[in-house]
Amino acid sequence: MIRQLRQGFSKIYRGWGRRLGIGLPYIWLIIFFLLPFLIVLKISLSEPVLSQPPYSALTTFSDSMLQIKLNLSNYLLVSEDELYLDALMNSLKVALVSTLLCLLLGYPMAYTIATVQQRWRHILLMMIILPFWTSFLIRVYAWIGILKPQGILNNLLLSLGIIDEPLTILHTQLAVYIGIVYSYLPFMVLPLYANLAKLNQNLLEAAADLGARPVTSFLRITLPLSLPGIIAGSMLVFIPAVGEFVIPDLLGGPDSLMVGKLMWTEFFSNKDWPLASALALTILIILVVPFIAMQRLHQRYEDRDS
Amino acid sequence: MRGFKVYFTVLAWLCCTAASAEQQTVNIYNWNDYFAEDTLQQFEKATGIKPVLDLYDSNETMEAKLLAGHSGYDLVFPTARPFAARHIQAGIYQPLDRSKLGGWKNLDTKLMQSLQDIDKDNRFLVPYMWGTTGIGLNIPKIKQILGTDAVVDSWSLIFDPAISGKLKKCGISLMDDSTEVFAAALTYLGKDPNSTAKSDLAAAQQLIVSIRPNIRYFNSSQYISDLANGDMCVAHAYSGDALQAGTRAKEANNGVEVSYLIPKEGAVHWGDVMAIPADAPHPAQATAFIDFMLQPENIAAASNYVFYANANSAATDLLDEELRSNPGIYPSEEVKQKLYVFKQRSDKEIRDVNRLWTRIKANR
Repeated sequence: MIRQLRQGFSKIYRGWGRRLGIGLPYIWLIIFFLLPFLIVLKISLSEPVLSQPPYSALTTFSDSMLQIKLNLSNYLLVSEDELYLDALMNSLKVALVSTLLCLLLGYPMAYTIATVQQRWRHILLMMIILPFWTSFLIRVYAWIGILKPQGILNNLLLSLGIIDEPLTILHTQLAVYIGIVYSYLPFMVLPLYANLAKLNQNLLEAAADLGARPVTSFLRITLPLSLPGIIAGSMLVFIPAVGEFVIPDLLGGPDSLMVGKLMWTEFFSNKDWPLASALALTILIILVVPFIAMQRLHQRYEDRDS
Repeated sequence: MRGFKVYFTVLAWLCCTAASAEQQTVNIYNWNDYFAEDTLQQFEKATGIKPVLDLYDSNETMEAKLLAGHSGYDLVFPTARPFAARHIQAGIYQPLDRSKLGGWKNLDTKLMQSLQDIDKDNRFLVPYMWGTTGIGLNIPKIKQILGTDAVVDSWSLIFDPAISGKLKKCGISLMDDSTEVFAAALTYLGKDPNSTAKSDLAAAQQLIVSIRPNIRYFNSSQYISDLANGDMCVAHAYSGDALQAGTRAKEANNGVEVSYLIPKEGAVHWGDVMAIPADAPHPAQATAFIDFMLQPENIAAASNYVFYANANSAATDLLDEELRSNPGIYPSEEVKQKLYVFKQRSDKEIRDVNRLWTRIKANR
């Protein structure tokens, strides 16, 4: 009886259930990714005008003539003007360095959490997640209070006699790195932890039995096996960090030229929505390529595992 | 600053959704620190309309929202030139209902006349307050560095590399506003501040680049708290904002002294106006708010708090003596001769200057 029921359910599941299961993510992607993408693509091919909305229509219909006018000059400007290339390269650099810093800090943290006793594990995980209960924006503002010339850090160092005059950290590139690493560290730690917690301890014991020293067994067993976690964590840090706007705007100095900020300028100061859209799509393309590459790499590891 | 703006947007949204459907509301989008502390409470008490306030610190931010359409705002406070002028051309405001504005007669007729070239017959704009863009200073700290006989009422504090190099440690800020900064630089160079000639802009760019390493940040509102805390010595500042910083320092009793000066080389003279977007959901309530602000006692209370002169002739007698006698708020006739207004520019000219500005800021 139960077996029959189960078979019946699985049939239904294979039919409509499966379609729904597969369809939902697609509908989600179409509404929240494809449609906005097409709107941005449309704007990027128009011209800025003084009206509401501030860009021209792509199609005009008059005298029974449907005209489609595509303006490619925005993409030309983005590719020709070294300012945009500079901003893009700087954003990639900042994101890459931040990702590496997050990895260096996050790996030992995740490793510790995955190896301590169960009850400590929960407390430590809680401590990683706890900051999310406060708004991201307020946490970044808190860093202004910590890093500013008359701020907590400088006052502490001054009162301890370590420095004689306040350090200039706020509004420098260093402050941007501090902000990004601080904000994105949990996104590195959590996937790494999930991966390291699954690590088969028998392998390490076997390695030890066969005479491998801890360093060797870490480098040859733990590290390679945790690669999917490293990749997942790195993507979660790298991709949002490239387009990051709030942190460089609040903590960074004027020379922390990042593409998110540049887009803001084009959109707000210049009222040039088409150029801002072209810039947004350029970033998207630049991000999608490594994303797909990473995905492939990830897939290969998964396949090898199974 | 913008971060704050996001915060207030969230706050405003919470207010909106919490307000009951029956109560009348008016969604106001105004500059940071531009009402008296109790302006909104008084308005609600007088009219029963619930005001919801959202803030911005640059005309560009406000403009972007309005141009996108369906902003949901009923009343905005743009700067007359070049912003409101441009908005009238783009057709994003609705004409005022003069019959509901009993306080109209209180407006300064000379000022109304001066707005005619951008708003014929004063159909769309009601002047709110006006001020200048000069420098906010911590004079004791500056004299400590430059010596007691240093000239302080001059753009040279910012634009002379030798002087700003010395003041750098103490903190110098420029506005994040290409129009304002280029006007200031051109003024210091003795050129027409409204110039769009390539050679003039190049000279201004060269000047700004030469003092760029001495600038701590480019921001149009952060200097208020930094001046007040003593974290900043020289700020390219709106008159009232710098004076507010002085008051805050006095209130905090932290020994910081902040002044505002109109540089002797000249400065921008600007005026902000009230206008109702064409797609405002509550235009009648917005009109009621404008009329509330046209009452001398209300606008005087706001002026007394924010340190900007207003456009209401009937309110002048109600202002604190401290304001009326302050040359930073009511400049002398001699200084007035050196003030200038922004002229309209084409979109292309604005973009060219803005991209130049992005390059300067990023040190590229």
